[in-house]
Amino acid sequence: MALNRTDVEKIAHLARLQIEESDVQAYADNLSNILDLVDQMQSVDTTDVSPLAHPLDAVQRLRADVVTEENQREALQSAAPAVENGLFLVPKVIE
Amino acid sequence: MHNKTLAELAQGLEQGDFSSVELTQAYLDRIESQDSKYNSYITVTPELALEQAAAADTARQSGNAGPMTGIPVAHKDIFCTQGVRTSAGSKMLDNFISPYDATVIQKFNAAGCVSLGKTNMDEFAMGSSNESSFYGAARNPWHTDHVPGGSSGGSAAAVAADLAPAATGTDTGGSIRQPSAFCNLTGLKPTYGRVSRFGMIAYASSLDQGGPMAKTAQDAAMMLNVMAGVDPMDSTSADHPVADYTANLEQPLSGLKIGLPKEFFSDSLNPEIAALIQGAVKEYEALGATVKEISLPNTALSVPAYYIIAPAEASSNLSRFDGVRYGHRCDEPKDLEDMYKRTRGEGFGTEVKRRIMVGTYALSEGFYDAYYKKAQQIRRLIQQDFVRALSEVDVIMGPTTPSPAFRLGEKTSDPVEMYMEDIFTLSLNLAGLPGMSIPCGFSNGLPVGLQIIGNYFAEEKLLNVAHKYQQATDWHTRKPEGI
Repeated sequence: MALNRTDVEKIAHLARLQIEESDVQAYADNLSNILDLVDQMQSVDTTDVSPLAHPLDAVQRLRADVVTEENQREALQSAAPAVENGLFLVPKVIE
Repeated sequence: MHNKTLAELAQGLEQGDFSSVELTQAYLDRIESQDSKYNSYITVTPELALEQAAAADTARQSGNAGPMTGIPVAHKDIFCTQGVRTSAGSKMLDNFISPYDATVIQKFNAAGCVSLGKTNMDEFAMGSSNESSFYGAARNPWHTDHVPGGSSGGSAAAVAADLAPAATGTDTGGSIRQPSAFCNLTGLKPTYGRVSRFGMIAYASSLDQGGPMAKTAQDAAMMLNVMAGVDPMDSTSADHPVADYTANLEQPLSGLKIGLPKEFFSDSLNPEIAALIQGAVKEYEALGATVKEISLPNTALSVPAYYIIAPAEASSNLSRFDGVRYGHRCDEPKDLEDMYKRTRGEGFGTEVKRRIMVGTYALSEGFYDAYYKKAQQIRRLIQQDFVRALSEVDVIMGPTTPSPAFRLGEKTSDPVEMYMEDIFTLSLNLAGLPGMSIPCGFSNGLPVGLQIIGNYFAEEKLLNVAHKYQQATDWHTRKPEGI
């Protein structure tokens, strides 16, 4: 499976990754090689094989619906690039 | 003191031969004078370490010491540590001071251990050589032109160079076992869910598992005693009884049934490695084990299945790094999309970007069945191979890696070549099984690891099997020249 430059630019946009123009071809080549590797899977017949999502086929544990967390807003926001009045700041979204 | 095992250090502390403060200072001094050669630590925390050591000494004086009280260890820089930078080897988190402790860190604190610092790693644990670290590659103490393995390469280098007596690691596709093999250590990847993932920065959540890297199986057992257990903060942690992993190390191995998968011993296997593994198996026969050939027919498919599942989960997990709540943010974003793209473009390195893009592609509209679902089906086939094999034998043995530690830069140009390094380790993560790597000899002066694979929650058996071999051999006691 060969990816071209346009494919890489599209994937990078979907992943919200800025890729330098000069690196696009190298990513296209490397990703194409990786996809060639994973395409080995297509030769295997997996009809009626159920996908394995959890190795022990465990299911989600449930707990009582009660508040157990303390408010740690200040501690957790201490690592944020920009906060004001307890809110995370981002560039203006709505004009 | 620095060349002792955890078991010996625990005894020394108990007998009052030295205090935890003296021991910790000795390690800090060694790190200060030696680590420029190995780059094994990203962050050293001398003040925190000495404070914890003093508290441990006080606890001991008042009769409140446990088996690990006052023992210094190092932690892979993937475990969030309150008040300490936790970088995951990435520029993205270079400025991240964690506001909380991972469960694993809490458990080491509760056991009275001392944290020397945070060890180097491939960026977000994506790599097999430690070369994708934002902080530069760690180096193999056995030969500093060679890689220590990855992604827990800093932990391996630190223990091999006696800059920590033991360390934590994480293993998503081999990241505890492969660096342990490359650096002559004993490393254990537990069953999926045996060790809590809370506060362990996520790479591929259905595969990630923390575990110990140590000098001996006994030390690994002491470490696992601290780390293992169910955790309400991690709903995927296993609610399964925790053994005292040091209790049954001495069980005799007579009657142990060992399976050797023929797929692990193909003609393409490095002949020196093949000979060393066969030599180790002979040693086990001398200890009373029996050996039979088994088959894990889907082994080769573990590479393609892993390199869909892990990148797909990574692309989802790493979407949280968007410049809003923590970590790097680009300068003067012109709008929200520009902020996301430049923050992530600047914050992530090349290998991380590659894997995010592979995962994004595999999960994109129209490709899900062909890639992710197909990989999960193959994952089932790989698991069934193991279940079948482990109904006939107690443990499976083979090489940990196809070759000893390679040179820095040797495999960086072609990611696929690097991915093939993981051929023998990936399948365990896909199946969720526990596995170890233990030293079994040398090839051209570089260590070679024997991989031992067990059934679900058979960590106690694996450690017993590893320990008895270490009682009969001395490969694990060999040290790099000058250490």
